[in-house]
Amino acid sequence: MDKELAIDCCLLAGRLMMEAGAETYRVEDTMKRMANSLELPAAHSFVTPTGIIFSPGSPHHTKLVQISKRSTDLEKIALVNAVSRKLSTGQSALSEAYQELLHIEKANVMFPMWLQIFSAAIASGCFLILLEGSWKDVPMAILAGGTGFTVAAFLDDLTRVKFFAEFMASLVIALISFFAVSFGFGQELDKIIIGSVMPLVPGLLITNAVRDLMAGHFVSGLSKGAEAFLTSFAIGAGVAFVLSF
Amino acid sequence: MSWFVQAILSFLAAFGFGIIFNAPRKMLFYCGFVGMSGWLGYKVFHNITGDAVQSSFLGAFAVAVVAHLFAKRFRTPMIVFSVAGIIPLVPGGMAYNAMRHIVENDYLSAITFASEAFMISGAIAMGLVFAEVIIQLAFRKRTPRFYTKN
Repeated sequence: MDKELAIDCCLLAGRLMMEAGAETYRVEDTMKRMANSLELPAAHSFVTPTGIIFSPGSPHHTKLVQISKRSTDLEKIALVNAVSRKLSTGQSALSEAYQELLHIEKANVMFPMWLQIFSAAIASGCFLILLEGSWKDVPMAILAGGTGFTVAAFLDDLTRVKFFAEFMASLVIALISFFAVSFGFGQELDKIIIGSVMPLVPGLLITNAVRDLMAGHFVSGLSKGAEAFLTSFAIGAGVAFVLSF
Repeated sequence: MSWFVQAILSFLAAFGFGIIFNAPRKMLFYCGFVGMSGWLGYKVFHNITGDAVQSSFLGAFAVAVVAHLFAKRFRTPMIVFSVAGIIPLVPGGMAYNAMRHIVENDYLSAITFASEAFMISGAIAMGLVFAEVIIQLAFRKRTPRFYTKN
């Protein structure tokens, strides 16, 4: 068996999962399982949100990969998980698994942007009612939520600074809601803003941060917690900026 | 508001979040179901006790249990189901109110809201972890040996 390819395969799987937003403990677990099925029993990995260090054991060299972009892509996690499962049950060979991982890396499996914006808008409307808002405010929440999500996605793509994108998005949401209420299209300013801001809330980061902390991965847990705090702060600051006038 | 409407809306919201987080197409329906069970669990308990912290714990517990069952059933990572389900429980309203009172220079009320938001986040985390531990104990396998000696 080609050991260098086996090491690359483990690292690629780990990087893909981490970039797609998997929990750190799951990434380490997957890499360890793969390494064991690829006859690297002494392998160790150290996974953080910004890079993975993988030591396959002597006589092979320790390798490191950098993780520069992180997003949420649950389908990618599921696909990589399936590849690792097939590899460890012996259903597929190493070269096959590696090809499959390369294919997953290149493939763009995201839903189209218009559908994402549409579902963010619908979810905003649903949250407004779940949080005991009135049905009359639903159109404004749908408008504000959809626009806010679009602004966040567009600015994140353009500037690559997440904090700025989220700040501007919640600013736009608060402005739309404010004008909607002052021109009589909406009734409760608070409820409209809370409902529309929901698609921006860092739910995955919060859950993952806590899960990682509880699993004993303190470095990843704290850094993901910091990312979640920064995002919440950006959202809060954007809303507060409008409310303060 | 009727329970039926609540169920439909929380299902739709979690389904929408499944699309935003790019959950696998076939799993979207189950993402919605997980979100619905979490929200209904939260709402039922909230009607009984009126305490947001305890009900958030129970809601997150329900989310994790249902997500784990689906994860076992479809052999998919649990995170696919739990992420979208947890979103309706996030204390967005509390955090918003805290922010609003800070802007209005009413720091005492702001701290009240902020600490409640913090407590709710902690309760959600505890619910998730408790459910996972209990399920792991229930479904414990006999042969998860990663280091085989030979």
